Amino acid sequence: MLTGIISGYLLRKKKLGFMNGLILTLIWALLFLLGLEVGMNETVVRKFASLGLEAAIIAIAATLGSVIGAKLLWGSIKSHKQ
Amino acid sequence: MKGSLIILSFFATGLLLGVFRFIPISWASAEVSFYVLCALMFSVGFSIGHQPDTIRQFRKIHSKVLFLPLTTIVGTFAGVFVVSFIFKHSTTELLAVGSGFGYYSLSSILITQYKGIELGTIALLSNIMREILTLLFAPILVRWFGKLSPIAAGGATTMDTTFPIIVRTSGKEFSIVSIYHGFIMDFTVPFLITLFCSI
Repeated sequence: MLTGIISGYLLRKKKLGFMNGLILTLIWALLFLLGLEVGMNETVVRKFASLGLEAAIIAIAATLGSVIGAKLLWGSIKSHKQ
Repeated sequence: MKGSLIILSFFATGLLLGVFRFIPISWASAEVSFYVLCALMFSVGFSIGHQPDTIRQFRKIHSKVLFLPLTTIVGTFAGVFVVSFIFKHSTTELLAVGSGFGYYSLSSILITQYKGIELGTIALLSNIMREILTLLFAPILVRWFGKLSPIAAGGATTMDTTFPIIVRTSGKEFSIVSIYHGFIMDFTVPFLITLFCSI
């Protein structure tokens, strides 16, 4: 990542519009590989249905809790600015 | 939203190809993912360095933002705690799952070691889902919970996999916050998981 920041800084004069597209393509590749890894793990596939629901509820609760925390913090920052 | 659906379809395609063994097993090694992640990190770093304004914009952001990892941890625990009573696993076991903060590879390995494959699988699925939730709902989160919320939702992944979507939805000026948050969260994951597994 540091190498990227440095080379990006050195090349800042050049116009490089393709970078956003490249980042998106790499995300696609990574998610594809993640799916592949999960699909090939037989233990996970077999238990997917029974454990999936529990995992989903935990994930939603955890995400919801953290974004509410973020909303409170964001609110306190905004009120401080005014 | 369209971008998120494309991302999800790539995951689903990979999942199906993996289940039906259409692709040689060697492709799914963690090594390949690691190199793709390295390439992604390089590109993300490149685009930050390419815009020196980004670093300057961080100074405008309030110092209270430094508390964001703390609110993410407390919020996550509060959420998991509330739902933990409907499952047969203990509250501390599920708090260990929640302590993955989306870092599914490390959390599932650690939890499998401490508590067995079943809880490890839950940790893997739950933390993958957290990452996918963040990727899918980042634009909605910004609207409902403010610009810091996609970073909180992303947990420990905000300096790698969910970083690009955060920059796209919250804005480039939040890229440093996102990296800072991911950096701190990455360190707390193994610590908190070990703590909750040993209680």
